[in-house]
Amino acid sequence: MLTVFITLSALTIISCLSAILSRLPIYSLLSVVVAFFSIAGHYLLLQSQFLAAVQVIVYAGAILVLFLFTIMFMNLNYTVHHKKPFYFTVLAVLSSAGILAFLLQAIYCSNIGSIAEKPGIGDVKNLGSILLNEYFFPFEFISILLLTAMVGAVLISKKR
Amino acid sequence: MDYSILKEVPIQYYFVLSAILFCIGLAGIMLRNNVIIIFLCIEIMLNSVNLLLVALSVYKGDPQAQVFVFFIMAVAAAEVAIGLAILVASYRNTVSIGLDGLKNLKG
Repeated sequence: MLTVFITLSALTIISCLSAILSRLPIYSLLSVVVAFFSIAGHYLLLQSQFLAAVQVIVYAGAILVLFLFTIMFMNLNYTVHHKKPFYFTVLAVLSSAGILAFLLQAIYCSNIGSIAEKPGIGDVKNLGSILLNEYFFPFEFISILLLTAMVGAVLISKKR
Repeated sequence: MDYSILKEVPIQYYFVLSAILFCIGLAGIMLRNNVIIIFLCIEIMLNSVNLLLVALSVYKGDPQAQVFVFFIMAVAAAEVAIGLAILVASYRNTVSIGLDGLKNLKG
């Protein structure tokens, strides 16, 4: 099981790296699709079947297809010329590596406590009952937020 | 079904994976000049945090974090719709998807 985890993690990290390093936006978009599918695999390993399905449907199926439509309809698939100086690249890599070092140090020093697992917390049944009992009003507000975002997106991108 | 992955994989591995993904997204935001790729890097960072929340929720046996991840995904969908609309509107005015095209947005 550890080998499955390590394989999935290597796939995630390599595809994210190729997403930020490839020249054309469409290649990085496809790498991000691979990364999100592997993250859905992580959710399946953690027995959160509901979130794995939502990850595939919402992220890989809706959000990234929206990116794909934007790139292809607006014909945006070209490389933007790099006008940032070289020292800026060095500074960006160094600062993110420094933040990674800080985070790893914090993980090394942290004390999470003992494992307190319960079977079946990622089930659709369990999550659905929580979502519609305790989180009923946030759930309804999310639908209003999505409606507002849809109307706003149409209004902003409309030709005038 | 008492089988669980967290008995074989330590939770710290998930922490390290999430930190690495977050820093890849951060480096991408600072390195690239293309607004679409910067949006994708924001999505990578959101996903790293989601992965960490799900791992901790399974570890602690608390399903509320998974509800929170669900809300994060819905908000991310709304954010991407608005962001891409702004990108399309700005592309119509300044025919460029570089960050230079957005310089006029500062007050």
